[in-house]
Amino acid sequence: MTIQSLDPRIQRAEIPQDEESPMNPLPPLDQHETYEVFHMDKRGEQPVRVGSLHAPNPEIALLFAKEQYGRRSRTVSLWVVRTADIYMIGVEDADIFATTPEKDYREAKGYRVGGKITAFKRRNTVDNG
Amino acid sequence: MAEQSALKDLLFRMADDELIIAHRNSEWTGLGPILEEDIAFSSIAQDKLGQSYALYRILETLGEAPADTIAFTRDESAFRCCQLVEYPIGGYDFSLMRHFLFDTAEVLRYEMLERSSVEMLARLATKVRGEIKYHVFHAHTWIVQLGSSGSEESHARMQSALNEVYPLAFSIFEPSAFEEELIAEGIFAGENALRDRWVEALAPVLEKAGLKVPEVSDITAHYGGRRGYHTEYLQPLLNEMTEVFRIDPSAEW
Repeated sequence: MTIQSLDPRIQRAEIPQDEESPMNPLPPLDQHETYEVFHMDKRGEQPVRVGSLHAPNPEIALLFAKEQYGRRSRTVSLWVVRTADIYMIGVEDADIFATTPEKDYREAKGYRVGGKITAFKRRNTVDNG
Repeated sequence: MAEQSALKDLLFRMADDELIIAHRNSEWTGLGPILEEDIAFSSIAQDKLGQSYALYRILETLGEAPADTIAFTRDESAFRCCQLVEYPIGGYDFSLMRHFLFDTAEVLRYEMLERSSVEMLARLATKVRGEIKYHVFHAHTWIVQLGSSGSEESHARMQSALNEVYPLAFSIFEPSAFEEELIAEGIFAGENALRDRWVEALAPVLEKAGLKVPEVSDITAHYGGRRGYHTEYLQPLLNEMTEVFRIDPSAEW
């Protein structure tokens, strides 16, 4: 006996109707490595990471990325990179950045030079005029 | 117009090729080797269907019946597709190799048609350029991957698929009765010119894939499709494709 289906393709495949599943489940971790996908929707914009996918190598990852991340929204460019090739400071080490918001001396607003710049500009205008 | 029947014949050949290969490739939907590739191959099949629709629309403007009528109500002998596209999907190796050989010819055909004297055709060729470029990119990637970067088994299967499909692929270039007219009118540079470019274009990819081009003793062996003589596989495909239409021609979905 084979599996009976309304789908003519399944009928043609003549899949035996055993009690056991015709397909054994894959052993854990027996799948392709993951790739991160970066998507650019306009020329000159930064590529934005939009998700990941499984693929056997970078060439095939690009093919899959085209379908999964470039089929609906406007796209001008796609990048893929092996997840394993991304070196990162992970969220578990986020405390490294904990005091950053307090260090406002690293921001331009910490410098009071507005007056000097205005004076410089005025002096230059007078010289050129 | 003197060139109308020549032009229509060319359009029917192209549109029927696209429709039938689209249907064949869509048979993989839900059954593809892995999910992502299933999506990719199905999406390519949809593009082919879209191209056949665009070509039938041009035929409509030339006085032929609407696209659905042309696609779903003609007898087998009225179809002008080549025999290559009719064959069952076989294994994924067969389908990939057919995709590679057919789409390489297709991209070159459209490239030639960008210079066609028939403006509608030239415009369509320009419009689908990017879409077909991707189809060929997809095909090349897989052929090279499985041919040279895969396993011994994948290489052997690709070589045997090439041996099987390559002789069939010459059916694409079966010349029509209108070749000279098409060339003289500047509509299309002809099947022989296309075939030469195709052979040339395959070489570097097959070399990269480590695959050997088989000898073909008779390139006319699978001719007939362009004159309405088809393989035993076309009629069952048409039965399946037109099933819903025959039950209810006004069905919408």
